[in-house]
Amino acid sequence: MKPFAQSSRRNERLMALTLLMVVLFSPPLLTAVDRLPGWASLTLYLFIAWAGVIGLTAWLMEGSKGH
Amino acid sequence: MRTDLVILGAAFSYLALLFVVAAWGDRRAEQGKSIIGSPSVYALSIAVYCTAWTFYGSVGRAAEYGPSFLLIYLGPTLAMLTAPFLLRKMVRIAARQRITSIADFISARYGKSSGLGALVALMALITITPYIALQLKAITVSHAVLINYPDSPDASLANEGFWLDKSLWVALVLAVFIILFGTRHLDASERHEGMVAAIALESLVKLVAFMSVGVFVVFVLFAGPQDLFQQVALSPDLADTLRLDQVPGGTTGWVGMLILAFLAFLTLPRQFQVLVVENVDEHHLTRASWLFPIYLLLINLFVVPIALAGLLLGDVAGDPDSFVLTLPLSAGAEGLPLFVFIGGLSAATGMVIVETIALSTMVSNQLIMPLLLRFRFLHASQPGQLAGWLLGIRRVAIVLLLLLGYLYHALMGDAYSLVTIGLVSFAGVAQFAPALLIGLYWRGASRLGAMLGLIAGFGVWGYTLLLPGFAQSGWWDMALIEQGPWGIEWLKPYALFGLQGWDIYTHALLWSMLANVGLLVGASLFSRPTPLEQTQAALFTEAMHPNLQGTTLWRGQTTQGELRDLLARYLGAAATQRVFADIAESQDAADQIASHALVTSAEQALAGSLGSASARVLINSVVRGEALDLEGLLSILDTTSQTLEYNRRLEQKSDELARIGEELRSANERLRELDRLKDEFVAMVSHELRTPLTSIRAFAEILRDGDNLPEHKRQHFLGVIVHESQRLSRLIEEILDLARLESGRLTLDPKPLDLAQVAQRSVDAISRLQENRGIALDSAIDVEPAIIIGDEDRLEQVIINLLDNAGKFADTDQPKVRLRLYRHKRHYRLSVEDNGKGISEDERERVFEKFHQIQEQGEVPRGRPKGSGLGLPISRGIVAHLGGRLWVEDAPNLGGACLIMELPEAPEQAQ
Repeated sequence: MKPFAQSSRRNERLMALTLLMVVLFSPPLLTAVDRLPGWASLTLYLFIAWAGVIGLTAWLMEGSKGH
Repeated sequence: MRTDLVILGAAFSYLALLFVVAAWGDRRAEQGKSIIGSPSVYALSIAVYCTAWTFYGSVGRAAEYGPSFLLIYLGPTLAMLTAPFLLRKMVRIAARQRITSIADFISARYGKSSGLGALVALMALITITPYIALQLKAITVSHAVLINYPDSPDASLANEGFWLDKSLWVALVLAVFIILFGTRHLDASERHEGMVAAIALESLVKLVAFMSVGVFVVFVLFAGPQDLFQQVALSPDLADTLRLDQVPGGTTGWVGMLILAFLAFLTLPRQFQVLVVENVDEHHLTRASWLFPIYLLLINLFVVPIALAGLLLGDVAGDPDSFVLTLPLSAGAEGLPLFVFIGGLSAATGMVIVETIALSTMVSNQLIMPLLLRFRFLHASQPGQLAGWLLGIRRVAIVLLLLLGYLYHALMGDAYSLVTIGLVSFAGVAQFAPALLIGLYWRGASRLGAMLGLIAGFGVWGYTLLLPGFAQSGWWDMALIEQGPWGIEWLKPYALFGLQGWDIYTHALLWSMLANVGLLVGASLFSRPTPLEQTQAALFTEAMHPNLQGTTLWRGQTTQGELRDLLARYLGAAATQRVFADIAESQDAADQIASHALVTSAEQALAGSLGSASARVLINSVVRGEALDLEGLLSILDTTSQTLEYNRRLEQKSDELARIGEELRSANERLRELDRLKDEFVAMVSHELRTPLTSIRAFAEILRDGDNLPEHKRQHFLGVIVHESQRLSRLIEEILDLARLESGRLTLDPKPLDLAQVAQRSVDAISRLQENRGIALDSAIDVEPAIIIGDEDRLEQVIINLLDNAGKFADTDQPKVRLRLYRHKRHYRLSVEDNGKGISEDERERVFEKFHQIQEQGEVPRGRPKGSGLGLPISRGIVAHLGGRLWVEDAPNLGGACLIMELPEAPEQAQ
């Protein structure tokens, strides 16, 4: 039962990460970031958030590989 | 350096390298040492997603529409996040059913419908051909830019004959490549190892080429990112380039594009090919789910710097779609532009190769094959002939597809910029998404629903994107876009039903998806699916069910001989031999009934080569009886829940058993303890009885033998005998009492009496004895009369016992005993205390056990025990019978032990 419980926990985390990504790249947040001073703030935000999501995915996927 | 000869030499050398790599990959696969069996190669092959459109078009889009270019890559990142659920399910289904393309997948899901398969194949053909054209155009344009810079590339493009167009020759070389490495096996569900290896290499080349331009622009053209960004900050024109309002359609356009990219990534035929069909191991998805997004991130890292640099430089840079080439050219670099051209070439060829393989498989398996199967003469053809035909059909299809792409590019390619064609294709293939995704999770989705949804969605797509595109190319009247058909305002293709202000892709996506999903769901709810549809639907939606592993679904019957003939006719001898590998060929075997597993693997082999719909038609022609129906399938699926239920019950039972076992064990332990107590009791009793008996016998023997004993000795011995006999009879009396008490046969005679009198009488009875022993007995009777209900003799026995005990355990030098009778609430209490050592806390209950003798701590027991050890248990039994209690406390006055007997006051009327 244990590996199953762990993989379902991983799936829950992935679901949450997917939702997080949807939120991070949805208009309300982007509009807020776009209003920040500096011409590159939105682009910087997009790349950093993107890299963050990829990093979390890698951590989730590789972290639970042993099971 | 930039002569045509050098450029063409480099380009065709690069293509030759692809041939070598692909041939090497196939060789290794034949030797069983696959080079593509790694998640990294898998991730790189998925990167075929990044076409020439990414390579050249991203910069153009960033220059024009700000950050919206990123959406094309955020969508796939989102899709890869769902890989462990969604893609894994698709991969597993495709592997189990030997799916060869997305058309085959959708056709198989909806009851192996050949109509649906043909529809999807046709739609893919219409949608993807412009996309292939786009790649060829990119090759032509980039070549022209490279040759003509700093002049505009249009000059040479306009007056060039088609035989001079380099992309035609590239297309022809690609056709040879694809025929060589894409149609090696008839079985299209088998992996094209060489091709995948070449694609992975192409992905690496385009990534390195693009990043080289980025590094060149940032660090050579400018003095690092800070320099570039400072210059951008100084030019007010550029300050708003990267704002959200640059995105077409604003925030709505943003969301629409994200959804579009997400759906297209899953439904593009080439993505389906590399993600699902060419997948070696579904565990590779785990690594690819983050490795591929990293690839996307890297290839986009320099898009913004390159776009900004190009805008800063102005005219030298030319068209934004060509910045990647013109920026190094403007700086006079020689080698880099060539490398960039090769990078663009690899992006374009990679896409063309995979897309063409996917499309040619669809054309042969979904469009041509079902038609061919209608002709009688095929069934009578030579064994293996059809296999040759089928490969021939695929090869012709490949050449035709590439030519079609080239024609499209040559005839109307100029109408759109690169990105436009790509997005129109995206919106087109996204129409497959509802049938695909809803079909994966909703068992009720039916063939009719999928068919209507696809037709409607595709129709709306054609009306809102394709037709206006034709109009813009000058093939249609522009009035269609500006005034609507026949002047009907609300039918304007870019503002359907008056929906204005949206970008055209989100607009088209909304209406087409509404029609598509609406009809799919609506028609599914009101149509009755065939049994095969239901079975396939269950097989797809329950694909991850552990029970489906290795289940054979055929229940019909046929002979091995018929099956062998069928396979040999359509697949050839070699493929037949693989299916029948474990079965010896003989006349006997030919007449034997084919096992269900054999029928299933025969159908799979046919499906891998001809598509699932055709395979089903062929199998049905020889197998009598149907495949497993829905009910049978559901029963297989339910077995697990039954097993789980059994398991749960078993677990309950074993829990119960364990509990009962535990109870038995403790009961057994209690019995053993009782047994031990009984043994102990018997041993005690015998011991207690033997002691006085021994002394009686000893003295009696002395009296018998000693004739000349002096008189006083004789008297003394007789006295001892009498005393011991009394002790013996008292002991026996006590044991009998105890036995009666324990068996509940003790007869008491309860009646109202005055406890004070009884206590006084007891004190009187024992005082002489105590005085003789030197014990100071003191009594304090506070209440008189103390009327209770009790048995006078028994109570006297109890009180005497208590006083006697107290005397025995009182201090040896100055023994003192004190009796007190007092009232406590509605009870009378009689306490007897002494000035002995007292009884320790944990001994207090044990003194009421049978034969318990208090061992004074640290003291060697002196002489004979002071009593039988039965007095207190008997006393407690009697008191309890009379409704009272007997317990031990600390003595309040004398400091020793204090035994307290409490009896309830008699009711009023009894007094």
